[in-house]
Amino acid sequence: MGRVTQQRPATDSGDAQVPDRLALLHMMMTIRRFEEKAAEMYARGRIKGFLHLYIGEEAVATGAIAAVRPDDYIISHYREHGHALARGLEPRRIMAELYGKETGVTGGRGGSMHLFDVAKSFLGGYAIVAGHLPLACGLALAEQYKGTERIAVNFLGDGAVNEGEYHESLNLAAIWKLPVLFIVENNLYGMGTALSSVCAPEEIYKSAAGYGIRSERVDGMNVTDVYRSVERLAHHVRSGAGPAFLEALCYRFRGHSMADAELYRAKDEVERWRSMDPILQLKNEMLADGSIDEAGIEKMQADVEEMVRDAAQFAEDSAPPPIESLWRGVYKEPGDA
Amino acid sequence: MPEITYREALRQALRYQLLNDERVFFMGEDIGAYGGSYAVTKGFLEEFGDRRVKDTPIAESVVVGAGIGAAMAGLKPMVELMTINFSLLAIDQIVNNASKLHYMSNGQINVPIVIRMAGGAGSQLGAQHSQSLEGWYAHVPGLKVVVPATPYDAKGLLMTAFDDENPVIFIEHTALYTTKGEVPSDPYRLPFGKAEVYRQGKDVTLISYAGSLQQAHGAAQQLAAEGIECEVLNLRTLRPLDIDGIVASVRKTNRAIIVEDDWEFGGFGGEIAALIQEHAFDDLDGPVLRCSGADVPMPYAHALEQAALPQEADVIRLVKSMV
Repeated sequence: MGRVTQQRPATDSGDAQVPDRLALLHMMMTIRRFEEKAAEMYARGRIKGFLHLYIGEEAVATGAIAAVRPDDYIISHYREHGHALARGLEPRRIMAELYGKETGVTGGRGGSMHLFDVAKSFLGGYAIVAGHLPLACGLALAEQYKGTERIAVNFLGDGAVNEGEYHESLNLAAIWKLPVLFIVENNLYGMGTALSSVCAPEEIYKSAAGYGIRSERVDGMNVTDVYRSVERLAHHVRSGAGPAFLEALCYRFRGHSMADAELYRAKDEVERWRSMDPILQLKNEMLADGSIDEAGIEKMQADVEEMVRDAAQFAEDSAPPPIESLWRGVYKEPGDA
Repeated sequence: MPEITYREALRQALRYQLLNDERVFFMGEDIGAYGGSYAVTKGFLEEFGDRRVKDTPIAESVVVGAGIGAAMAGLKPMVELMTINFSLLAIDQIVNNASKLHYMSNGQINVPIVIRMAGGAGSQLGAQHSQSLEGWYAHVPGLKVVVPATPYDAKGLLMTAFDDENPVIFIEHTALYTTKGEVPSDPYRLPFGKAEVYRQGKDVTLISYAGSLQQAHGAAQQLAAEGIECEVLNLRTLRPLDIDGIVASVRKTNRAIIVEDDWEFGGFGGEIAALIQEHAFDDLDGPVLRCSGADVPMPYAHALEQAALPQEADVIRLVKSMV
């Protein structure tokens, strides 16, 4: 897997790259189908706990992660399946993690909200709102200390922006010029509460500008727009000019989690956003300019379908973690790898 | 062997780390230009520069969280939080992130961070600056909790803390910084999870740590004049806890009292008492007792504060009630 990150050379050299739209489309379709399959398996009782779907927001993770280098840190919130897939974690091992199987990315320790793959610089999903922003600062601080070009890309939801850790992190990143790129996925609701009813600044990205951080807003339903914004901001961050901040306006087509009865959103609002479906937008754009045809899309769809089917089968066939492993790894002991 | 203060012992360990490990850096509130609120890091900014010694905003959560993030990326940060009271503003980072990342990531990540803070009471600093919350941290799997009682402990345990691959909560006691003791000039390490038999005895085991070692030992000396020989244990670390050492002592004396500054109700002493009855019930001649801090927010007035803290006289009274 990892088509998006592996097929393209390192970007944000300063010269704008042309995004590989085929790869972007493929990744967005992968995330969509993966999430639909996860929802299906949740409904069938194969997946337990909380399950937060990324459906509708695919353009943000896909465009952003394609625009940075494969070794840049990605650190995200608990709606992170899309980020993990976009970073190239194997769909099989993500699905197995959702199933709580030994073959999952953390061997069934983390579950849906805590996917990790350090070898791919994917530093995890975190389930305390805004609790991972300080960690992103620390990852960036370490690379600044070591003198590398690596940056930290920190995905957060709009629900995080009223937390103290958000403001503490923006301030620290700004005063120490930390190489961190904050990307807020503003889907307008923190769980069931409209952001507009609980957040004083009307536009989130302006709160970051108040800390002197380079800050922009982008249409998060348009994957190539996201790509270009992130490419530009990542270059700024990598050049040593300090942190950057991107607010991506987007929408989740499904509830907050599988437990959400969705009583708080008007139907016409949901329909309006659905008409801006990021996958549909890119498909139509590519069909119109002839860069893909219907047969090409069908082939891609079949490819994605097979990948997701295989992932679910792998998860089904995998064993649960052995009970004896319960006590393993509370502490790192001398001699542990 | 040179006699130095607890503060100087800590300084020696910290300076050794900066000199010998490029991955080590320090950050915290007022640790640089000011020299540290308890003067432990005085002169380090001038000697090592602001890459290694970073003054931070007063923003405990991001200071600790950034330390954790840096540790995840292969560095060995030391974060100083002034006092344990302020650490409550960072408890999300300590409990939800530092303690869990190794387990939750299935061993992919570890967090070799040392988080230093001063705890305890006795200096009339009022309710919000006088807490002994070490038991809260000791409650959390994934953390190690260190409570040095002497200058010798301070240096040796802090050296070990930097060797550890896990998050270490290193709790100094505010009343001990100026106390003196013999400390080797060369670096040395004291193992975690191994209590010191600070004084040998046969009649009652007094289990203490950090500040309470002074009360326990003072009481033991007075009781010796009356022919009662207390064995005094200095725990050094609460997690890991030297339960074998505690049980071995109780098997010898058949009686135990836990001396701690912490509140009694739900405190760490209750855990020790539970472990003793699980492991050495048949060796006990009576119930395990606790000599703890009063169950009140710490008052300011000198007489009230002293009444709220365990005193030698309190320990002596409890010992005499047992023998």
